[in-house]
Amino acid sequence: MKNEELQELIGSWSPNLTFAVEGSQYLNVSVPIDELHDIMFKLKHNDQTNLDYLFCLSGVDWGEELGVVYHLESTNFRHSLVVKTQTAERENPVIDSVYDIWATAEFHEREVFDFFGIKFNGHPNLKRLFLTDDWDGFPLRKDYEDNINMIIK
Amino acid sequence: METTTLTSNFKSEEYFINMGPQHPATHGVLRLLLTIDGEIIKKVEPDLGYIHRSIEKMCERDSYQQIVHLTDRMDYLSANINNEAVCLTVENALQLEIPDRVKVIRTIIGELTRISSHCLWWGVMGMDVGALTTYFYGFRDRELLNDIFEETCGARLTMNYNVPGGLMFDIHPNFVKRVKEFITHFKTKLPEYDRLLTDNIIFQKRAIGVGVLSKEDAISYGASGPVGRASGYSCDVRKHHPYSALDKVTFNEALRTEGDTYARYLVRIQEMWESMSIVEQLIDNIPEGEHRVATNAVIKLPKGEYYQKVETARGELGVYVISTGTKSPYRLKFRSPGFSNLSLLNHIAVGGKIGDLVATMATLDLVIPDIDR
Repeated sequence: MKNEELQELIGSWSPNLTFAVEGSQYLNVSVPIDELHDIMFKLKHNDQTNLDYLFCLSGVDWGEELGVVYHLESTNFRHSLVVKTQTAERENPVIDSVYDIWATAEFHEREVFDFFGIKFNGHPNLKRLFLTDDWDGFPLRKDYEDNINMIIK
Repeated sequence: METTTLTSNFKSEEYFINMGPQHPATHGVLRLLLTIDGEIIKKVEPDLGYIHRSIEKMCERDSYQQIVHLTDRMDYLSANINNEAVCLTVENALQLEIPDRVKVIRTIIGELTRISSHCLWWGVMGMDVGALTTYFYGFRDRELLNDIFEETCGARLTMNYNVPGGLMFDIHPNFVKRVKEFITHFKTKLPEYDRLLTDNIIFQKRAIGVGVLSKEDAISYGASGPVGRASGYSCDVRKHHPYSALDKVTFNEALRTEGDTYARYLVRIQEMWESMSIVEQLIDNIPEGEHRVATNAVIKLPKGEYYQKVETARGELGVYVISTGTKSPYRLKFRSPGFSNLSLLNHIAVGGKIGDLVATMATLDLVIPDIDR
């Protein structure tokens, strides 16, 4: 499917989605946090989108908000889509897990939890992946400070 | 004593055992926490982070030229391909026109890197299942490639040969001759690999039907590289999203359908033949021209998001850059192939024996610094 067709189809599922193509080689769609799981489920299981390959799941600290970026591709049609979601809550950010849709998300979400402190609803084994359990703070957040181990220029 | 009393006295129970972090079969500091019942594996839980260096955080501080150097230290057996991934991201973002000479040399060295990585994998794969000879065969042939790399750029493993805009130096005058010599040599040696291990009945008994991964699961777990292709999942980035000179060559994507350890083994052997074919198609026709185009000393990517995938020896490496227009990325994420391939280990190892786990791990071909970025 071409980007315009994808946008038209996915846009018809919910009025709350915003699309963007500027500054990226993929079609980007921002999904509100409470609709994320429904939309993601449809993106994989709809016959026309069939985005069955989650090739990248990244946490991003946008400054005010914390967000997660999902890069999806269809192995049948070879079209791609980038899904973004974000939350303004920094103390206790919670996003629905998509591990039941793409199994690879289990590890990737643990990594995001480890480095950004984003909790994933419904994740089967949400604990730190790389760092020790008693680590203080979330290192990939922009406001993380570690005066001993980090060289600040 | 009656049989009934015997069974009640010797009932089995689950217990935990550590495999690693210094276990020879984990090839690096990976700790696997195994839950086993007798010798049957009930659960495999990887414990990561022993050598995590937070490369992604360092990238937010460094310039794009510096980031290239860090990528060597991820999957060090595909060092040159990792470098290429970052350089391609920067070049695409700046819309630099890269000379054909650079593209062809990058592809040749990329494929030689793949052969070198698979040679090492083949050697240690044999060793993991008890055949020590393979180790010496694999390292013997890999050594020739490392010599070529050393002559080309001064380093044998962490090459740093790519820079944004091209290559750090032009190729050595001996390069073409030595690569051709290697191909001639390796064409006679690769059939020996088959005679030694592929057709070995003891090895086949260890590998066939062990650690089976279905195509659906391969896609769902984000498997890539030989692991995905052994399950019949066409995931070769070189085919679907060609980069550098890969659109100018013809090669077959090594595909199997069995999805077991033996299929993953065969895919890698076939890939070595395919890589040799790619090198042969290019080595006589390296275009003349510059080996590098000039870039600004301080590279600033335009505001936006960039994603570049390449096929390393282990699978799909993704570089995701978010730029705000400054000299460093705002966020840089490496999607490493080993990370996704490790996540499916529990799925394919449960129900097998500890010995099967060693064979399965060997064909996942994990490089731990690639997982602990």
